[in-house]
Amino acid sequence: MNLTLKIWRQAGPDAKGSMETYPVSDISPDMSFLEMIDVLNDQLVRDGKDPVAFDHDCREGICGMCSMYINGEAHGPGRGVTTCQLHMRSFSDGETIYIEPWRAAAFPIIKDLVTDRGAFDRIIQAGGYVSVNTSGNTQDANALPIPKDNADKAFDAATCIGCGACVATCKNSSAMLFTSAKVSQLALLPQGEPEAARRVQRMVAQMDEEGFGNCTNTGACEVECPKGISLENIARMNREFLKAQFTSEK
Amino acid sequence: MTVLDSKIPQGPLKDKWTKHKNDIRLVNPANKRLIDIIVVGTGLAGASAAASFAEMGYNVKALCFQDSPRRAHSIAAQGGINAAKNYQNDGDSTHRLFYDTVKGGDYRSREGNVYRLAEVSANIIDQCVAQGVPFARDYGGLLDNRSFGGVLVSRTFYAKGQTGQQLLLGAYSALSRQISKGKIEMLNRHEMMELVTVDGKARGIIAKNLVTGEIEKHGAHAVVLCTGGYGNVFFLSTNAMGSNVSAAWKAHRKGAFFANPSFTQIHPTCIPVSGDHQSKLTLMSESLRNDGRIWVPKNIEDVKAIRDGSKKPVEIAEADRDYYLERRYPSFGNLVPRDVASRAAKERCDAGYGVNKTGEAVFLDFASAIMRYGKTEAHIQGLHNPSDAQVRELGEQVVRNKYGNLFQMYEKITDDNPYKTPMKIYPAVHYTMGGIWVDYNLQTTVPGLFAAGEANFSDHGANRLGASALMQGLADGYFVLPYTIGDYLADDIRTGAISTDTPEFEEAAKRVQTQLDAFVNNNGTKPVDDFHRRLGRIMWENCGMARNEKDLKQAIADIQALREEFYKDVRVPGSTKGFNPELDKAGRVADFLELGELMCLDALERRESCGGHFREEYQTPEGEALRDDENFTFVSAWEYTGKPSEAKLNKEELTYENIELKQRSYK
Repeated sequence: MNLTLKIWRQAGPDAKGSMETYPVSDISPDMSFLEMIDVLNDQLVRDGKDPVAFDHDCREGICGMCSMYINGEAHGPGRGVTTCQLHMRSFSDGETIYIEPWRAAAFPIIKDLVTDRGAFDRIIQAGGYVSVNTSGNTQDANALPIPKDNADKAFDAATCIGCGACVATCKNSSAMLFTSAKVSQLALLPQGEPEAARRVQRMVAQMDEEGFGNCTNTGACEVECPKGISLENIARMNREFLKAQFTSEK
Repeated sequence: MTVLDSKIPQGPLKDKWTKHKNDIRLVNPANKRLIDIIVVGTGLAGASAAASFAEMGYNVKALCFQDSPRRAHSIAAQGGINAAKNYQNDGDSTHRLFYDTVKGGDYRSREGNVYRLAEVSANIIDQCVAQGVPFARDYGGLLDNRSFGGVLVSRTFYAKGQTGQQLLLGAYSALSRQISKGKIEMLNRHEMMELVTVDGKARGIIAKNLVTGEIEKHGAHAVVLCTGGYGNVFFLSTNAMGSNVSAAWKAHRKGAFFANPSFTQIHPTCIPVSGDHQSKLTLMSESLRNDGRIWVPKNIEDVKAIRDGSKKPVEIAEADRDYYLERRYPSFGNLVPRDVASRAAKERCDAGYGVNKTGEAVFLDFASAIMRYGKTEAHIQGLHNPSDAQVRELGEQVVRNKYGNLFQMYEKITDDNPYKTPMKIYPAVHYTMGGIWVDYNLQTTVPGLFAAGEANFSDHGANRLGASALMQGLADGYFVLPYTIGDYLADDIRTGAISTDTPEFEEAAKRVQTQLDAFVNNNGTKPVDDFHRRLGRIMWENCGMARNEKDLKQAIADIQALREEFYKDVRVPGSTKGFNPELDKAGRVADFLELGELMCLDALERRESCGGHFREEYQTPEGEALRDDENFTFVSAWEYTGKPSEAKLNKEELTYENIELKQRSYK
């Protein structure tokens, strides 16, 4: 396959960026999207040019590091995939492909396609945990049965990889899907119960402070989420939040 | 020769850890506030250790090269975590887990360490559940289990095919809690470039801020390396692209012995290589061998027909299939340990029975499991005389619930639907049992430098059993280091903060800067990956699933030549300032180029076959690994002397008081 790539290049956080054009040739349909970028970078280095900076690590769709906005979609065409799981067979010979970084004020650009998603870490730090020490002096794991449905729903919410596609794809750059996934996981489990009110209040406050936008329920986040995190979680978080506002002392 | 003291406590095996915990010194809470610890890496071992240290009151700095600690490669572990809970009442116990692990490791691990691992395993599950880790449960709300290779019990806890993710996010949440309290300073996108020793003790590190390029000096009373394995020396492996040996190798160069470097795990069930462009390999969890049956055609004509597409695998009659693991190992069948399964696949493919174009693939087939589950499900739903199609559909649903994400992952990569046609799999580099030598306290040969998780060598001998890596990472971080590090730090309560304005730190920082400058100013022609791929090919062909003296010697010469060419001809764009991933890669590959040579040297010196280390010269008539217990029941601990080729071999003899050494049999 021969392709034309239009890629966002930006030297640093404060530099002015622009779309640059690169032709690539001899691309195999079996290559992953990132392997195609490897081919481009190999050529750029050999030509003495600056390779395209992009985030990637596990290349099997679980670390959440890769983050490209391809042809106007987070992680490109295809549902339930990260950029590294996107294969070139999804494109056709001669196509022009547009590649941009995640676009959100709360994810400042570091270089080219690399952004700073530290805001997500700070939201988790605000309360996305159970306050239990790691002493091992807890009760037996089976002492507290958890209904399978709840355990399964908690697991589904917990599969969030923190890639930020939900934010990138949202017209408001809202982080509701990400935040609600963690709130939901812990709200569905008895271990999360004692801190539920405090958790949801603090995490929502942090989310707002980071500069993420509001949720207007368009549902684009759910569509683009590589792990299929459900909008149900946002509804659950809203419920948890309301409940907390009425019942907690703060 | 340096005497390697493993510091295994005296006394009966089952009392060693308890006794040791009672004997070691404690640091009073007020004094813990005066002590700094650096943890490098935030995978299961690193995140759990850092969180535990901070909870105890120490001041912790943690580093990861990724943009968030949540992305460490533990996240990609799929199948599960072992624990001797015996919830299934199938005869499991601490002793059985200990025995299985030592046997699985082909009798090249330390009894004391392995027993401790088995002993604390049950507690890990309790801890994780308390953190809100959503393990799989049955309809009664209790935890579910499955089986893994090399054992005859169901002791593996899991969260679909994403167990590593769930455990790591649990540890990450504990870490995040301490970061929010200010007890941990988290340095994302930072890489350790050098270990700093003062008066022979580890007293800090030089790190690089990967965003700004700045070289930073960090002092501490102890340094803990939780930096994972070195499988990426093969270029193609199931490791993440960024996984590297550099922190461990820098420590090795500063005096930490490197143990059993040649013990590499080649995992039997990975998606085969599809072309030269390949950048990494993807694992299909071992848990699939619970239900998948591995086979190749019996007749070479069928192999040819499958390769040229004139026959589909489902068209091969049952009688014309060779379920070679079930044939060779009737008692363990498809659940033999990884090293055995990998070699058996290689044997069939070398004999010409590989089922894809490259001749390097075998089938992993779920058809019979789908029908079996379907029948049970039809029964549960009260369907009488269901059609085959109905049974298949019900069965596919059960399989989807168990392995859905893995099947999806397979289909995305290969464009084949594994519910309808068997998966194609082939062995790939997955894990490294070797690593930095540590004693019972997980302390290296450099005082004050500790190593945990895959980065150390201690628990898996010559072959790791499935679902034991997660167990070891969390055991080391949550339950071992928090005790043992205190014993060392008890001497440091009056030391005061470690100053970085000393010649030792200056010199180390200068050395780092010099190397970085050399890379960007090198007027070479080839990108870093060019050399990395070539190194990978040398390692895979000569130090992979089968090794022999002649090839290993050749490989050593080839690596030396490649290393020389690398320094002459590598091209690194950009500058040392700012974000420059190519420069970071160059440093990592430089270290792999030294490690690769040491691995070959270790494989050459170990004139026996054991576990993942298979020397063609040493095998039984049936082609099984032939150990030489008389001469090789030891840990090879290599000492750096300036050049990998001149590394000095130190031996830690292994003694077995509780287990009788036997030829491993899974027949």
